[in-house]
Amino acid sequence: MSSVSEPTRPHHDVDRHDVEPVNADPSDKPLYEGRKKIFPKRASGRFRRLKWIIMAVTLGIYYVTPWLRWDRGQFAPDQAVLVDMANRRFYFFMVEIWPQEFFFVAGMLVMAGIGLFLVTSVAGRAWCGYTCPQTVWTDLFLVIERFIEGDRNARIRLDNAHWSLNKIAKRVSKHAIWLVIAVATGGAWIFYFADAPTLADQFIHGEAPTVAYMTVAVLTATTYVFGGLMREQVCIYMCPWPRIQAAMLDEESLTVTYNDWRGEPRGRGKKRKAAAGVKTGDCVDCNACVVVCPMGIDIRDGQQMACITCALCIDACDEVMDKLGRDRGLISYATLSDYNLNMAMATEPGSGRIDPDRVHTDDGHIKDGFRHFRWSHLLRPRTFIYTGLWVAIGIAMLLALGMRDRLEVNVLHDRNPVFTRLSDGSVQNGYTIKILNMKPEPRTIRLGIEGLEGASMSVNEINDEPARSVAVPVDPDKLRQLKVFVTVPRDRLAAGKTSFTFSVDDQSDQEHDSYRARFEAPEN
Amino acid sequence: MSTENRDPHGREVDDVTGTETTGHEWDGIKELNTPMPRWWLWTFYATIVFGIVYTILYPAWPLVNTATSGLLNWSSRSDLSTAMAAQADANSGRIEAIKSKSIEEIAADEQLRPFAIAAGRAAFKVNCVQCHGAGAEGGEGYPNLNDDVWLWGGTLESIQTTLAHGIRYEQDDDTRISDMPAFGDGILDNEEIRDVAWYVRKLSAQEFDAEAAERGETIFVDNCSACHGDDGGGLDDLGAPALNDALWLYGGDHSQIVAQVRQPKHGVMPAWEERLGDTTVKQLTVYVHSLGGGE
Repeated sequence: MSSVSEPTRPHHDVDRHDVEPVNADPSDKPLYEGRKKIFPKRASGRFRRLKWIIMAVTLGIYYVTPWLRWDRGQFAPDQAVLVDMANRRFYFFMVEIWPQEFFFVAGMLVMAGIGLFLVTSVAGRAWCGYTCPQTVWTDLFLVIERFIEGDRNARIRLDNAHWSLNKIAKRVSKHAIWLVIAVATGGAWIFYFADAPTLADQFIHGEAPTVAYMTVAVLTATTYVFGGLMREQVCIYMCPWPRIQAAMLDEESLTVTYNDWRGEPRGRGKKRKAAAGVKTGDCVDCNACVVVCPMGIDIRDGQQMACITCALCIDACDEVMDKLGRDRGLISYATLSDYNLNMAMATEPGSGRIDPDRVHTDDGHIKDGFRHFRWSHLLRPRTFIYTGLWVAIGIAMLLALGMRDRLEVNVLHDRNPVFTRLSDGSVQNGYTIKILNMKPEPRTIRLGIEGLEGASMSVNEINDEPARSVAVPVDPDKLRQLKVFVTVPRDRLAAGKTSFTFSVDDQSDQEHDSYRARFEAPEN
Repeated sequence: MSTENRDPHGREVDDVTGTETTGHEWDGIKELNTPMPRWWLWTFYATIVFGIVYTILYPAWPLVNTATSGLLNWSSRSDLSTAMAAQADANSGRIEAIKSKSIEEIAADEQLRPFAIAAGRAAFKVNCVQCHGAGAEGGEGYPNLNDDVWLWGGTLESIQTTLAHGIRYEQDDDTRISDMPAFGDGILDNEEIRDVAWYVRKLSAQEFDAEAAERGETIFVDNCSACHGDDGGGLDDLGAPALNDALWLYGGDHSQIVAQVRQPKHGVMPAWEERLGDTTVKQLTVYVHSLGGGE
């Protein structure tokens, strides 16, 4: 403390006490910080083009999918993608999934996880920069903002302007369009859970279920607030993803990098400086990379948590480099290992300072020997392993899907009583049998006993006369539960437990399933 | 340490970010004192407002014996009764159908039958398991309802009548009554009772004393066959059990048969219609009939 403020005397005969009150303002730094407004400028270039395409495709998939039809016959819905909660069925084009087949969804999630590892190890936070809904919808909202209020400078002017009819009109129309998009976003979501045309009609006429309106309301609010008002705040403060994804990078991962080994020392007026004998790098400090950034950061500060690697700064910088006649790629997708090698070549061994002469030829281009983006970055053991795993799981799932049964039988032996003696001395066992017809068509299933010589069965509601097998009609896409009694006559009885098989067959398509069951008889 | 940046208040400032540190340090890693975003503060205030509004609307503050009930007057108990009423409402159509239809119609109806069985199972668990057992497996003196032996008949109609009016239940005028005499009270002597019991063993294909059974046959024809039939096949209308099968309500040993002839035990079942009503009796009937022995 004393080194900071030397005690001084307020008056010649009064000593100043060296003390700090407990309630002294410890710092003028605020405890909470308001959001700094960001006005991203429109970028153009190959990454911006890629992002437009991805935006169109992802939004198209999201909004259009529920309206696709898929004919499954008269006994199943004709919506291509439908999560039918009420009937516990999930339809995805030719695939129909029952709740007990949920492992297919689990497998998809595992594939999504490994796919994420793969993409992240190849290209860092590509998910964040290109396909995350937060990024895509923010981008969409920015399109509206630019369309109504103009690009960066016009928006800053409008923001600073006093309230006028013009400003009010622009702001109102902007927010109104945002809200329409938000409602459409929330609205599209509910169509995945019910027949889309029916629900749309009900929704408009106020006849849809309350939960539909509530879902639309919640998703409208989140879309509007996150895409329109909070934007980068969501990524920086609310999302755990940046922390997780950043941890999955390694030094061979491609990520958006400011190549300071060729950019520094940055500065304007290069010719003047050159004339004065001051060496400068490629960066002209034009801030083009900063103004296009939707997160409002400076990529030249290095990799940082707020960077979603949307690559718009690459487009902006490449444009400037083109204008200046310099090599593209001052900001580029680069790996940390390449960057380190380039940096080592660019710096003086002793001082560690970047020497532009080590990097640039006389006509301003980059010297040979420096490493640039190569597609071969994608080919390395880690990506091969991830791809192999991903493909293996995918093939396993496809095989499982192709070979799965659409006819199943489950058997539950009565527990009380375990067996019943009948008047003629025979013994009867009761079973609850569930026959699952997982095809959307009515089927007649033959339920039979295999083994257990002399036994016969009678099924409530199906047969009065005991038989070895019975024909059971099962409704389309339904489970039929039956109460089945198997009886073994006195002279064929074996003491204790005897194994036998319940089998189900569909003679029309040869589908078959069986269940190993037990017949219980008294021990004596 | 001397090269550290410090702000005007003497706080250490991180070189890379320009943010002051909190002074906390773990293994050389220092915590940055990054300010929270202001919107976060507002959401925090919003949760406080939400909390206050919630405690006004919903039951919240504990009082001495109870708690504030909240302006909405909500309770999980009222939720339950609403849900129960809604369910009862949803079932009312099927309940009405059961009320108006005959027991055969109910059992033949694809929609009503599973409903009746489920409802009957529930009613059985409450009213019947005490004697007949949780699986309706019965016990000595309490009939097993899974088998094919029915003292009073195993058709739907018979079961319904038995359930509705009970057995030897004096308060009900239509109750099932059968009264096997106590043959030990001076009708037959001990020797005759033992002989007739051996004959009953013979009828039911169990081991028997041939000589005694021969004597017992005459006694059986004179005293028993009027109700139990010449071949011991029994008679449902009289509640007279078959004596030629493998199942015994009070046991099939010679001594158990002797005891039952000498001083018969008579089981009693209450009449359930006045207690449970016609609908529940019908549901119980379909359930009991479905257990595996229904005729």
